[in-house]
Amino acid sequence: MLLVPCPNCGERDQSEFHYGGEAHRTRPTAPETLSDDEWADYVFMRTNTKGVFAERWCHTAGCRKWFNALRDTGSDAFLAVYRMGEEPPRLGGEEKEEAPADEAFA
Amino acid sequence: MGRTARMRGYSVWSLLREGVGGHRGWRPAWRDAAPKAAYDAVIIGGGGHGLATAYYLAKEHGMTNVAVLEKGWLGGGNAARNTTIVRSNYLNDESAAIYDHAMRLWRGLGRELNFNIMMSHRGVLNLAHDDGEMRQLKRRVEANRLNGVDAEWLDAHEVKEFCPPIHIGRDVRYPVLGATLQRSGGVNRHDAVVWGYARAACALGVDIVQHCEVTGIDVRGGVVQGVRTTRGDIKTSKVASVVAGHTSVIADMVGLRLPIESHPLQALVSEPVKPIMPCVVMSNAVHAYCSQSDKGELVIGAGIDPHISYTQRGGFHIIEDEIAALLELFPIFSRMKLMRHWAGTVDVCPDASPIISKTPVKGFYVNGGWGTGGWKATPGSGHVFADLVANDEPNAIAEPYALTRFATGKLVAEHGAAAVAH
Repeated sequence: MLLVPCPNCGERDQSEFHYGGEAHRTRPTAPETLSDDEWADYVFMRTNTKGVFAERWCHTAGCRKWFNALRDTGSDAFLAVYRMGEEPPRLGGEEKEEAPADEAFA
Repeated sequence: MGRTARMRGYSVWSLLREGVGGHRGWRPAWRDAAPKAAYDAVIIGGGGHGLATAYYLAKEHGMTNVAVLEKGWLGGGNAARNTTIVRSNYLNDESAAIYDHAMRLWRGLGRELNFNIMMSHRGVLNLAHDDGEMRQLKRRVEANRLNGVDAEWLDAHEVKEFCPPIHIGRDVRYPVLGATLQRSGGVNRHDAVVWGYARAACALGVDIVQHCEVTGIDVRGGVVQGVRTTRGDIKTSKVASVVAGHTSVIADMVGLRLPIESHPLQALVSEPVKPIMPCVVMSNAVHAYCSQSDKGELVIGAGIDPHISYTQRGGFHIIEDEIAALLELFPIFSRMKLMRHWAGTVDVCPDASPIISKTPVKGFYVNGGWGTGGWKATPGSGHVFADLVANDEPNAIAEPYALTRFATGKLVAEHGAAAVAH
C-alpha cells in the first residue's frame, strides 16, 4: 500500500484517499468551438506517463481536501505535493524524494 | 542464421521414445534469435498476443520475415500474471464477435500448435447477488444466445449443484441468487500457450528476440522507418505494438496519445489442495473470481488498484477486499494459506474494450487497451491483428476497435456489461 503524503495530515495509508487521476486537465473554456478530435482528447486521452507524473488525490478519510502530487509511476515514490491550482514544482536535477510540506509538521 | 529447423512434433510416441532414451533427445522448442538489420514487420512484445500475431502473420498471410522483440523473457509479463480464465459471454455484438472468435480458436489450438495448452472447458459462472444484477445477467444470456455464444441461466440451487463448495445461504450481505453459465468457458495453461505459439511461429521462420527493448521508433514524413533497440537498430516498414501495460509508452515514441491508463492488477494463489473447485466462479458485486489450477492451487483475482503505476506492485488493502469477497462466497476456504501473490500492469481503456487499430503514423499499429481481460482473447486478438498488419485494413471483427471510436463516440461500452467490473 502506498503511503500518501497529505500536505495537511502527513503520511497516511492509501486506503484513506481517493485517487483523482491525471492533474492539470482543464475543461475547455469555449466548448462550442471544439472539434470531435479535440473533445476526444479532453474526454478520453491520457498522458499515462511512466516516470514523473502529476496527479490528484483527495484525503477522503482525513482532511477531505484535494491536492496534487508528483509521483514516479515507475517506482511509486512521491516526489512532491502541492495545492490544487498551483503549477507543479520543478524538481531538482537529480530526482530525489522530498519530504512533503516539511514545515507543516516538522 | 539458419531458417527454421523443422518443428519436431510432440506425440505420445515422442514421449515414449524420450522416456526410454533418458530424455536426452529433446531439442529447444524455439530458436532464441539475434536481431537482423531489417524485417518486413516488427512486433513489439513477446507475450501471448504478440506471439499469436506473429504466428498468424506467418501462417495466414505468408509474412515470415518477422521479428518479435521482447524486452524481458518470453511470456514474462502479463502472459505469466493473468488468471488464465477464458470465456466469451460479453454483452455487445462487437465484443461477442471478437471474444467468441477467440473461443473458437482456443478449442482447436492445442492440436493446431501441437502443444498441450491444457485447455479445460470446465464452465464459467457469473454470479448475481441482487434483483437488478439478475435482470442484467439474464439479459446478457439472451444477448449471448443471439450471438451464438453458449449461455444459460442457473438459479441458486442449480449453481450449488454445479459448484458444490459455494455458499448460497441467505445469511450474508450479498447472497447468491443465481448465475449465468458459459459451459465452453474455462481455464488453460498460460506458459503452454506462449511456448506453443512461439514454437509454431519459429517453425514458420519468425525470429523471436528476447532481452531486446525498443527504445525508439523512427518515423519520417509520417511513415515508420524502423525501430531502435537495446540490441541495435532495425529497419522495417511495419511496427506492431502489442505490449499491454506499456502501450502508452510505445505510442509516445511516435507522438501518439491514447485513451489508456496503466494500473496494477493483483492476483494470488493458495497452497495446493485436492480438487474442490470444479469450475470458474466470478462475482461482480462482491468482486472476486476464483478457479483451481491443475496443480491444485486456488487462483484468485479481483479488481485493479486505483492509481496509475508501472511497478507491478499493488496495495494490500485490495487483497484484503478480495479475500473478504471470496470468503463470503466460499467460507470453506477460510483456513487455506496463500502461497504467492503478484501484480501485472494492465492498460485500461475508458470503455473497457481494446484498441486494435491503425494510427495516423503509417506503418504503426496498436493492439492494446485490453485492460484486465486480455488473456481470453489471445488467439482472436492475434488473428485479427495479424490481418490488420498484413493488409493495412481492419477486418470486420477488428473494425469496431479502431482508435477513431473515441472521436466518433461509437464506443464498445463493456464497463459493467462485461460480467465483471474492471
